[in-house]
Amino acid sequence: MRTFLTTTAVVALALGSAFAPARAADVKEVQMLHWWTSGGEAAALNVLKQDLAKEGFAWKDVPVAGGGGDAAMTALKAMVAAGNLPTASQMLGYTVLDYAKAGVMGDLTDIAKKEGWDKAVPVALQKFSVYNGKWVAVPVNVHSVNWLWINKAVMDKIGGTQPKTFDDLIALLEKAKAAGVTPLALGGQAWQEATMFDSIVMSTGGSDFYKKAFNDLDDASLKSDTMKKAFDNLAKIVKYADANYSGRDWNLATAMVIKGDALVQVMGDWAKGEFVAAKKAPDADFLCYRFPGTDGSVIYNSDMFGMFNVPADRKSAQVALAAATLSKSFQSAFNVVKGSVPARTDVPDTAFDACGKKGMADLKSANESGKLVGSLAQGYGAAPAIANAYKDVVSKFVHGQIKTSDEAVKQLVQAIDDAR
Amino acid sequence: MSGHSQSASGSAVNLTRWINRTVIYGLLVFFAIVYLMPLFVMVVTSFKTMDEIQSGNMLALPQSPTIEPWLKAWGEVCVGLTCAGIKGYFWNSIKMVVPAVVISTVMGALNGYVLTKWRFPGHTLVFGLMLFACFIPFQSVLLPMATILGNLGRFGNSLEDTIGTSLGFGNPTENLVIVHVIYGLGFTTLFFRNFYEAFPSELVKAAQVDGAGFFQIFRRIMLPNSLPIIVVTVIYQFTNIWNDFLFASAYAGTGDAMPMTVALNNIVNTSTGVVEYNVNMASAMIAALPTLLVYIVAGRYFVRGLMAGAVKG
Amino acid sequence: MNTIATTDPLKTRSRQRSTLRGKLQDALPQIVLAPSFLLTIVFVYGFIVWTGYLSLTNSKTFPSYAITGTRAYERLWRWTLESDPPSSWYTSITNMGIFGSLYIGICLALGLLLAILLDQKIRGEGVLRPIFLYPMALSFIVTGVAWKWFLDPGLGLEQTLHHMGWTSFHFDWIKNKDFVIYTVVIAGVWQASGFVMAMFLAGLRGIDGEIMKAAQIDGASSFQLYRRIIIPLLRPIFLSAFIVLAHMAIKSYDLVVALTSGGPGGSAWLPSNFMYEYTFKRNEMAVGSASAIIMLMTISAIIVPYLYSELKEKAR
Repeated sequence: MRTFLTTTAVVALALGSAFAPARAADVKEVQMLHWWTSGGEAAALNVLKQDLAKEGFAWKDVPVAGGGGDAAMTALKAMVAAGNLPTASQMLGYTVLDYAKAGVMGDLTDIAKKEGWDKAVPVALQKFSVYNGKWVAVPVNVHSVNWLWINKAVMDKIGGTQPKTFDDLIALLEKAKAAGVTPLALGGQAWQEATMFDSIVMSTGGSDFYKKAFNDLDDASLKSDTMKKAFDNLAKIVKYADANYSGRDWNLATAMVIKGDALVQVMGDWAKGEFVAAKKAPDADFLCYRFPGTDGSVIYNSDMFGMFNVPADRKSAQVALAAATLSKSFQSAFNVVKGSVPARTDVPDTAFDACGKKGMADLKSANESGKLVGSLAQGYGAAPAIANAYKDVVSKFVHGQIKTSDEAVKQLVQAIDDAR
Repeated sequence: MSGHSQSASGSAVNLTRWINRTVIYGLLVFFAIVYLMPLFVMVVTSFKTMDEIQSGNMLALPQSPTIEPWLKAWGEVCVGLTCAGIKGYFWNSIKMVVPAVVISTVMGALNGYVLTKWRFPGHTLVFGLMLFACFIPFQSVLLPMATILGNLGRFGNSLEDTIGTSLGFGNPTENLVIVHVIYGLGFTTLFFRNFYEAFPSELVKAAQVDGAGFFQIFRRIMLPNSLPIIVVTVIYQFTNIWNDFLFASAYAGTGDAMPMTVALNNIVNTSTGVVEYNVNMASAMIAALPTLLVYIVAGRYFVRGLMAGAVKG
Repeated sequence: MNTIATTDPLKTRSRQRSTLRGKLQDALPQIVLAPSFLLTIVFVYGFIVWTGYLSLTNSKTFPSYAITGTRAYERLWRWTLESDPPSSWYTSITNMGIFGSLYIGICLALGLLLAILLDQKIRGEGVLRPIFLYPMALSFIVTGVAWKWFLDPGLGLEQTLHHMGWTSFHFDWIKNKDFVIYTVVIAGVWQASGFVMAMFLAGLRGIDGEIMKAAQIDGASSFQLYRRIIIPLLRPIFLSAFIVLAHMAIKSYDLVVALTSGGPGGSAWLPSNFMYEYTFKRNEMAVGSASAIIMLMTISAIIVPYLYSELKEKAR
């Protein structure tokens, strides 16, 4: 064995090599990591690619789909560990802050000042795009999750009207059930269940309660009877899903509403993209209502392009990318397709449909009244560890591992505590 | 083949034999049908129109078969922002998979040879350590490996500055080859070592006495008798490396190096818009063609009687 | 130690040639093996040490190198005991037990059966062999979708049988938190058993035909022949197959995600899902690393004694 070890050491020395310092690549291109690979989103992003091409910047695409960005974020971590920073990457909420804390994000403050982003972008979003006074990311859009998507034909058939309270909604679902339609199109995956629960919590406790519990992680609110009641409400609404909801993808649930197999889906406004892709028009074929009891408030999440600390010779491309992303024309063009609303409040709403117009107006008013709150389920309420612990608890409650709302509240507090 | 037993031992023997054969074939056909079921679903889906997929039964044959999905998968489908189909990614995968499979198989064969026929004190421990290495979860090597590959890349850059070529250091494809060779070694060594374990050492000894050297024995005696295990190893390595997503997406996500799996994942794993199942299934089958080809071609070498003097039947 | 490994002829010769060339010649086998061993030590054991180190830190999104103690292990230990409602870690490790034993057991049995059947000089082996093997060729990114449909009560087997008139048939395991892990076993076995068959087939084809003939002449029945002679000869193959299956069982991450997206309420998680979730998704790298270390220790507790007995016996 010893001789063998000696031999090994000798070979090791023979193979050993010295590493020299880094050398900067010099290309007039943007390297962009993202997970928008499906038809509509890719088409929307293509607009940006062409905008940049006009300014003479090449686009080096790094698409990694899967798990709502999980695979892309893993790839990003590996790229950062290797020291190969992309020009920019699609990122969500707290992830931007994590990378900023690690010191790998760039600084766009100059262009931000020049373009007046401080005023145009909602303050709530700047919490994630500005770190230590420096712009490190640009928001591409604002999604909101507290929506109901309803098939109009089914609604007319059962003679339903817009629900104003949670109880109205239950009554409406009951009506659909009596008419033999699946009342609730639900995708039984943790993130979808938690996204729906976001709306339920706000509906049950109001916007301030939501903010306290799910943004500030206030212990008393998390433990409160209101939270318990929210879980009871969740249990009530889940009963109206069909038997096979477990594990269903969200777009298949949306398809149930589009086809008229189900009455309503509680989902973020990306669901509108599905309706539009199926050539359905708002008010004629489908209805978009705010989740009852949440009108005037917006539970948001936002796709951001995080900008990395690239060497000086790649900086001009990065600045061009950032400016193009927040340009009014791109914001409008992109968000019409995506179903979301522009990330700046001064974009004209002429190109948007009725739901889009409502979304834009809501964003503006919620921003002014302080009722624009980050979605916990979507990673804008708290750090990923906490957000995912929350999804665990909600999903375990929906699927029966956690049996009572008392237990659910206890588990929620414990899980969030663990993840802090 | 089965008809050569026209012996005089009577019809009873023939009857038993007939029953045996029926049972054997019955079982094989039954399992074959079960194994083919998912492929059947994929194939029929890939020839259906979207309307039919949404309305019809999953197991039904296509009513109006169309090859449109296959054409789209081959030449039109979008991978990220590039809409040129899946065809361009074959080469990326092949130039990574072939060297990785060849290097790891050759190294595995040599290791197995040393560990069985040229044993040294401590060989069991060395083998045990290499074997246990198979169990390291890839998720936990992702980041340290990335750091090392990053350093290799910087080394390549400085080489390029000094001698004008990076020798491929830092090239994503080469990075993947390195990674797959390293984490494939445990298995290839295992396969060959356990195969050579049963290989008669007398042959090696005799050759040694005749004055044959280390490599000579390997080339003349071991390799020609290793075809079945080479087949198994190549199949295993080829499939695993071809289908790897974790390393491929983390180290080679850009268009010019992106392997097939990452491209396929980008086509299939979209969560918005109408999911074009027919195109997805067609893409998946196109992406799997090289592996299937390897199975069918390599499988032919599973013939009995390769061992010297061990010709059976 | 009466194998060739004692290398008597070599030693005799090396005494004659004490030149540098001669010495190199003697060390050649070890020089050939050394790079592989070295790579393994650095890239496997080095990284295990690194992971172990991180598990004792407070690493979140990125590695941090200040040792802060065993909090990650304390949390995992607490979760291990948390069975009602089950913690994700508890679910992961119990699933590993169910999945691991069924998957390995069924694959070995089925693989051996298929290999023996295929080895009966049957017609059409060339057609059947790839049929059993092909599932390995397809990436689970897509076969997961096919299986998902097949197992979905609203789309697949159940609905088809209902159409055919068997309306009482009920099969909704994939939607059931207590049974979803068995659907993962089904898909996993489908994928891997063909490869196990190939390994056994290679082994069978490597067995000396004379042994079989001799046994047949002695009047042994086929069953006895296999039980007494052939299967014992396949022992090294069992070891290979076991290692391959055990490693695939432990790494069955995509399988769970593609088939079940984690299952109802996370009920289909395996430790690899847990590890990935915590390391990359939840940015709790310390917990992810600790779970990796615990997994490795559990594996070594099972594998090392097995390896020890297997390898020891061989070295007779």
